[in-house]
Amino acid sequence: MSKPLAIPAYQRRGQWIARAWLTAGFVFLYLPIVALVVYSFNNSPLPTVWGGFTLQWFAKLAEDTEILGGLWLSLKIAFCTASAAVVLGMLAAWGLAKFKRFGGRTLMVGMINAPLVMPEVIIGLSLLLMLVSIQRALGYPERGMLTIWLGHLLVGMAYATVVIQARLQDLNPQLEEAAQDLGARPLQVFFLITLPMIAQSLASAWLLTFTLSLDDVVLAAFLSGPGSSTLPLVIFSRARLGLDPSINAVATVVIAVVSLAVVGGSYALARAERRRAQEIAQATRA
Amino acid sequence: MSSIAKPKLTWAGRSVIGVPYLWLLLFFMLPFLIVLKISISEMETVAFKDLITWVDGVLQVRVKLSNYLFITQDDLYFKTYLASLKYAGITTALCLMVGYPFAYFMARAAKAVQPALLMMVMLPFWTSFLLRVYAWKGLLTEGGWVATVLDALRIDQLLIATNLIPGPGQYMNTPFSLVLGMVYTYLPFMILPLYANLSKMDMRLLEAASDLGATPWVTFWKVTVPLSRAGIVAGSMLVFIPCVGEFVIPELLGGPQTLMIGRVLWDEFFANNDWPMASSVAVVMILLILVPLALFNKAQADQEAHR
Repeated sequence: MSKPLAIPAYQRRGQWIARAWLTAGFVFLYLPIVALVVYSFNNSPLPTVWGGFTLQWFAKLAEDTEILGGLWLSLKIAFCTASAAVVLGMLAAWGLAKFKRFGGRTLMVGMINAPLVMPEVIIGLSLLLMLVSIQRALGYPERGMLTIWLGHLLVGMAYATVVIQARLQDLNPQLEEAAQDLGARPLQVFFLITLPMIAQSLASAWLLTFTLSLDDVVLAAFLSGPGSSTLPLVIFSRARLGLDPSINAVATVVIAVVSLAVVGGSYALARAERRRAQEIAQATRA
Repeated sequence: MSSIAKPKLTWAGRSVIGVPYLWLLLFFMLPFLIVLKISISEMETVAFKDLITWVDGVLQVRVKLSNYLFITQDDLYFKTYLASLKYAGITTALCLMVGYPFAYFMARAAKAVQPALLMMVMLPFWTSFLLRVYAWKGLLTEGGWVATVLDALRIDQLLIATNLIPGPGQYMNTPFSLVLGMVYTYLPFMILPLYANLSKMDMRLLEAASDLGATPWVTFWKVTVPLSRAGIVAGSMLVFIPCVGEFVIPELLGGPQTLMIGRVLWDEFFANNDWPMASSVAVVMILLILVPLALFNKAQADQEAHR
């Protein structure tokens, strides 16, 4: 880069194409998000015509009990899903990383990969039919929060496993072995050595499954019962009918929260990383 | 590992794996078997008849295959399956055409900006997929931003000529809006595995190729692309398989021309309340994605082995 003359012509052309391609791609990815936010401030009865700035849709949102109720339910389910998915995913990832060979490993890997791509209508339908059979036999569980949670946990666990597994594979096994040689029991090794090293991947798995759960329409539609409409179900039923400014207002709130969380999260992670680097430097000096 | 710790660990390990394993068997495997069973069950007014019953000491097995016969013979189902495969295939091809260069340029960008680029690809994931699909409704209706630009660039004439939209300015609820929405939604799923693969590529191999006299173009097709095969397969399957059964996007952006199988399953279940039929539709859909699913599994295993 310091000697632009040394770069051959085809490479300079290549750089130009690369920049244009990446820019166009990002415009494509972000255009709908920008449009959602802009039109949430639109003071016009026609959804695509700009009629000046307003905050009325946000004010209406605060009184919209359907949306607020859906949001509360969704947050509860997402919290429970993410917490349980990280625990199950950690167990599965740890088991798969530790034991390269055991009876039924292929089946287990397949069962973890399949929910990542399996069309949601199939997962929703099959899980619902099973839960209905159970309910007919036992009188429990009713369709509602619990059943939605089960569905989200199934998909969330698969994602959590993949995220945590990627981190576990990069881990240096000698650290665990060293702790073991120094007399640590397996549980001690796990909690004192392994867990702190994979903590960051646990956090990202938690956040990923949280958003997945918060976002899901199809599984919730199959698994929800009367009176348990999650936020995406409310949005979906309105979006089906046409353009609705209340959806734009929800979108702007979601995007604002996510941006804050991402900025705050990356800042906290960077700080933790710096502190760890300092500690390691101190430890090696000592 | 010391020899004393080993049996202990195996016992602990078994129980650690056992929990998620059992969970998956119970909530992932078993439901499929139940769907399979219901798809061949006869429906009484409220419950399904048992497949196997004892009548006067004689074992009776009652299997109803009429749902499957109906699916294979009825034109609507056949066409819908075909349409689902077609739109999923087109979406996958377009995602690959847009996403491969994108991932390639990302992996070749300066090392310092790569984390930021990666973050920017992942960021839309955090905002609701439903809201982003809904946004296209606004962008494509008359007077929407994208519709205006397409009109100004005369692209609508091209789309009419290729029969993707019925008339000038009518972008919504057409094959065009459906494919656009699916490409938009699934593009990051193509980019991420490709980027993961391309950024780990051994650059010395490319240097070797150019030292041996290959032009950049030849190097790209003979070295880079073959080396990134696992990423291409993983990304394509990550797009293709969910697209086959996609429901939300066809419902919000598709139209009468674009009936897809996820929608049919949904209607059989929610509108017609025909659970055995919905189950049969699901079983056929699973059969359709079985081969792609195996490919995906293999690509995942390959990528894991290459780490």
